[in-house]
Amino acid sequence: MKQEMVDRIKNDPDYIHLVRVRSRFAWTLTLIMLVIYFGFVLVIAFDPPYLGTPLSPGSVTTIGIPIGVGVILSAFILTGIYVRRANGEFDELTKRIKNKAKGE
Amino acid sequence: MKQILFLLLGSAGIFASEALTGAVEKQPLNMSAIIMFVIFVGATLGITYWAAKRTKTAKDFYTAGGGITGFQNGMAIAGDYMSAASFLGISALVYGKGYDGLIYSIGFLVGWPIILFMVAERLRNLGKYTFADVASYRLRQTPIRTLAAFGSITTVILYLIAQMVGAGKLIQLLFGLDYEIAVILVGVLMILYVTFGGMLATTWVQIIKAFLLLAGATFMAIAVMAHYNFNFESLFATAVQMKDVSIMAPGKLVSDPISAISLGVALMFGTAGLPHILMRFFTVSDAKEARKSVFYATGFIGYFYILTFIIGFGAIVMVFQNPQYLDLAKQAVDGGYPILGGDNMAAIHLSHAVGGDFFLGFISAVAFATILAVVSGLTLAGASAISHDLYASVIRKGKSDGLMEMKVSKIATVILGIIAIFLGITFEDQNIAFMVGLAFAIAASANFPILFLSMYWSKLTTRGALIGGSLGLLTAAVLVVLGPTVWVDVLKNAEPIFPYKYPALFSVSMAFIGIWFFSITDNSESAQQEKEAFEGQYIRSQTGIGAEGAVEH
Repeated sequence: MKQEMVDRIKNDPDYIHLVRVRSRFAWTLTLIMLVIYFGFVLVIAFDPPYLGTPLSPGSVTTIGIPIGVGVILSAFILTGIYVRRANGEFDELTKRIKNKAKGE
Repeated sequence: MKQILFLLLGSAGIFASEALTGAVEKQPLNMSAIIMFVIFVGATLGITYWAAKRTKTAKDFYTAGGGITGFQNGMAIAGDYMSAASFLGISALVYGKGYDGLIYSIGFLVGWPIILFMVAERLRNLGKYTFADVASYRLRQTPIRTLAAFGSITTVILYLIAQMVGAGKLIQLLFGLDYEIAVILVGVLMILYVTFGGMLATTWVQIIKAFLLLAGATFMAIAVMAHYNFNFESLFATAVQMKDVSIMAPGKLVSDPISAISLGVALMFGTAGLPHILMRFFTVSDAKEARKSVFYATGFIGYFYILTFIIGFGAIVMVFQNPQYLDLAKQAVDGGYPILGGDNMAAIHLSHAVGGDFFLGFISAVAFATILAVVSGLTLAGASAISHDLYASVIRKGKSDGLMEMKVSKIATVILGIIAIFLGITFEDQNIAFMVGLAFAIAASANFPILFLSMYWSKLTTRGALIGGSLGLLTAAVLVVLGPTVWVDVLKNAEPIFPYKYPALFSVSMAFIGIWFFSITDNSESAQQEKEAFEGQYIRSQTGIGAEGAVEH
């Protein structure tokens, strides 16, 4: 990439906006995933009987089952949230930046 | 505090089951399994023939021409990740320990969203064929490519040995074939797929196998649930009657928090540093398809882990204590309810319990197909490191033509295949449980830190990457040798010198600190240029501008 093009894109308000918004979004989702996972691990570490609590009085199913499956689902949902926003908003911005870089 | 690290042990279980160590008994010839396997091999060889006609350039060979869709690639990534051992191993863990099995699989899944948010799109925008393309983007080619290729080849060979030994044992168990024949068969088929069909054939073998595995596992889970009118409460209630209530909560394996975190680091960063996984991101056309790949892959893998959980419980209610599957000779000596072939066979026996001989044959054939697909992906990644990184970039300084590079890659595939067969036979009776753990540790400690910092940190220099990456690799290797898995289990010493099974927390920190320190103290002129080149690289990683041109050959 030529320096002149680098300078132009670097100062493109769309580019600045894209980088800022997407980075914040990606880091936020990463943090949520880490909090969910390590939160789960810490419960296992420090209060395992909690996960063995029956779901309702007298039931065999424990609260740990929906929580564990919930962690799996949360991983899938978080990727879905990211992809949805990236396919729309971020791709739109990227297209604009590319067109401007090519156009002038 | 007690239960802190069954996570650690969990993965010990998984890494161990990934290796499928220990003696197994050869079973009588299983004809329905063999017939179904022959059909699979015939179909995949047909695909290889089709793919061979479409594999004309180096780009075709390494990346299937970049024309794989996000959905297909997601399926193939899931295929790479759902190895036979993780299918049999995780369902065996659920069968043996109940809830703990679920916790292990969660550890293997949560790395994927992070790969999506942090790595996938940038990797696609910057790279061409291998992750070393990205790592060496603005650094000096020769040293960085050499180190990255070394990291890739080491990871690939360790992983291959574990898969080969697992394949040999599994096939003995499932098909009643001799160990050597099984290993040679896997090696030869893998060489055929990769040399003739390249990435296109490897991808489709992976997709078909992933589909068959998901379909088979879905059928088993539904069959189990149908017995209980799709009521989980009654399934769990029966399972608890068979075993006891402890299977419904975290188990009693004891370890320490450091090991737990260290294992988490190895799984998360290791996955993001495995060369055969990273290479898959170059098979799609752009960043959009790359991110869709991870979305689908996460869905398939998560779904698969939920199925294995049901299958494990299904095995408790339908296989455990079922006289048909009991190893009577072993029961006479040890008591309890040992099943034929050991716990790793729980899912296989369940397939018989729900679908008879025919379905047993199907699941056995799928398990074998799974191994074939995984070793093919690994070998292709190893061969690419040799041809694209070492031959084309280091030896020929980027001046080789694509056809010659492809030829070198095919020769490297044959050599890697022969090495894998040879090592697979050599290590038959060795304790190789540490090898997959070591492969993850090296991927997390050498490959990942360089890759990550090259994309995120402007002050990274060649010197920093080279010294820090080597330190990470060495630390990982030395700590595994001095730790319990090699020092005690393999070398038979009484006490490990390094107390933790998983060194990743230490070796990854070492790599990051090393890279940071030797980069910021690097005041050379070339370091200055490398820092200045970051801006252009960063813009390309964010927008993909320039990526289209680089992918065209």
